[in-house]
Amino acid sequence: MAEKFINVTLKIWRQKNAQDAGKMVDYPLKNVSTDSSFLEMLDVLNEELVAKGEEPVAFDHDCREGICGMCSLYINGEAHGPDRAVTTCQLHMRMFKDGETITIEPFRATAFPVIKDLIVDRDSFDRIMQKGGFVSVNTSGNTQDANALPIRKEDADNAFDAATCIGCGGCVATCKNASAMLFVSAKVAQFSLLPQGKVEAQERVKNMLHQMDVEGFGNCTNTGACEVECPKGISLDNIARFNREYMKAAVLGSE
Amino acid sequence: MSDTGLTKTSIGRKILMALSGGFLMFFLVMHVTINAISMFSPETFNTISHFMGTNMLIQIAMQPVLMLAVVFHLSMGVVLEMKNRKARTNKYAMNNGAANSSWMSRNMIVTGIMVLLFLLVHFVDFWIPEMVTKYANGDMTGLLPDGGMRYWEELHHKFANPVKVGIYVLAFVFLGLHLMHGFQSAFQSVGFRHKKYTPVIEKLGVLYAILIPLTFIVIAIFHFTTQQ
Ligand code: HEM
Ligand code: SF4
Ligand code: FES
Repeated sequence: MAEKFINVTLKIWRQKNAQDAGKMVDYPLKNVSTDSSFLEMLDVLNEELVAKGEEPVAFDHDCREGICGMCSLYINGEAHGPDRAVTTCQLHMRMFKDGETITIEPFRATAFPVIKDLIVDRDSFDRIMQKGGFVSVNTSGNTQDANALPIRKEDADNAFDAATCIGCGGCVATCKNASAMLFVSAKVAQFSLLPQGKVEAQERVKNMLHQMDVEGFGNCTNTGACEVECPKGISLDNIARFNREYMKAAVLGSE
Repeated sequence: MSDTGLTKTSIGRKILMALSGGFLMFFLVMHVTINAISMFSPETFNTISHFMGTNMLIQIAMQPVLMLAVVFHLSMGVVLEMKNRKARTNKYAMNNGAANSSWMSRNMIVTGIMVLLFLLVHFVDFWIPEMVTKYANGDMTGLLPDGGMRYWEELHHKFANPVKVGIYVLAFVFLGLHLMHGFQSAFQSVGFRHKKYTPVIEKLGVLYAILIPLTFIVIAIFHFTTQQ
């Protein structure tokens, strides 16, 4: 597709700090290359703002190649924008039309408070991970051969798929209930499918679920929006598995 | 270790929501079947109604369970809705929900409350008069003053009023929308998801959500149009 240049109007959430009330501000931006990425487009806007002596728009990003989970943004009413199976850093301006108004907001959830402008605090995800998103076996020093433990191909594949979750929080941002079920279910499933993870399966599901509830994420109502907007295509299968793991732990659990 | 009680965790509450909703869906199949008989045989309808209305196992065991399921389901629905609202207090300026989910899935509380409003009308219509006749007045005969059975007559006359028929029809449309999402959602909530069976459940859900409310609608219109 040949490169084109388009003019857009950006409506961006500006908020000085966590205490500030914040508001939407309009920024017209001219001659945006359709070959540029969405974040490059915001870089251009920020250069203009800095040149004018204004405060640049703060937004999260790191790898800019869709693997770190740092970028966020709610673009035109969708987490990571209108494209499918991509993070915001992988979204391109060719998805937008000349003259279009583009609304850019932070991921919104009570458990993701805004720090500044479009940057939100996703530490709540880290606190959930600290409750069991790991295997407590020391693997350094005497690493076993990977094939020493036979694992069903299907289980290995599903665990791998679940493990591709980059923890971006797009699922929470999208969900009408701000539920973190897709994220937490992926983290639970990736371990519960594998023999190394089965050992602590009960404690993991109980503790991670408890922390998820404590953080103030909402309750899943199976709208399926998370799966559609997830940049990694994490499947609702994981949520069903999470529900089953919970039942196993609650019904058969020792405590 | 963390509390795992069903009412204490988000997943647990969803499981209870699904089980109570599932029980109500099972009940509706019975209800619609019996009501449908009223279109074909007033006698059979009377016999079944009299049995259901005077059988003590049904009256003392089944009826309270049904009540409990309804009250639990709608209270838990409201509790979950309030928690979910608290989980996002700052709304988006622009939110394109239609891009990723169905209207039914996003409006369960709306369709649910419409069903609840209908249930209130329905109670005043049928259930309260039944209770008054049977338990306040102690009339367990199921007979009219002229000696005939009362159940079919009562049902039939309730639908003489076009406004009431309209309310019933509308209510069943909302029930259908509620179940269009609810049926398959209940399976997911209890963790039943399978590559082979989930597509079948989804189709069954659509069928159920159309067929059951539609039959109720047909019954209401049948009685309205066959008034003497
Ligand atoms: C009395 C009024 C009612 C209210 C206020 C109500 C409300 C709700 C709410 C808020 C949900 C949660 C949304 C979700 O989880 O997706 C729900 C789910 C559901 N409802 Fe209702 N509802 C009502 C009546 C009914 C009736 C009469 C039935 C069946 C005959 C029913 C069947 C279901 C089912 C199967 C679900 C899905 C279960 C799940 O996975 O959560 N509801 N309802
Ligand atoms: S499940 Fe998807 S949307 Fe949610 S945190 Fe993981 S990668 Fe992001
Ligand atoms: S910046 Fe790393 S995934 Fe987008």
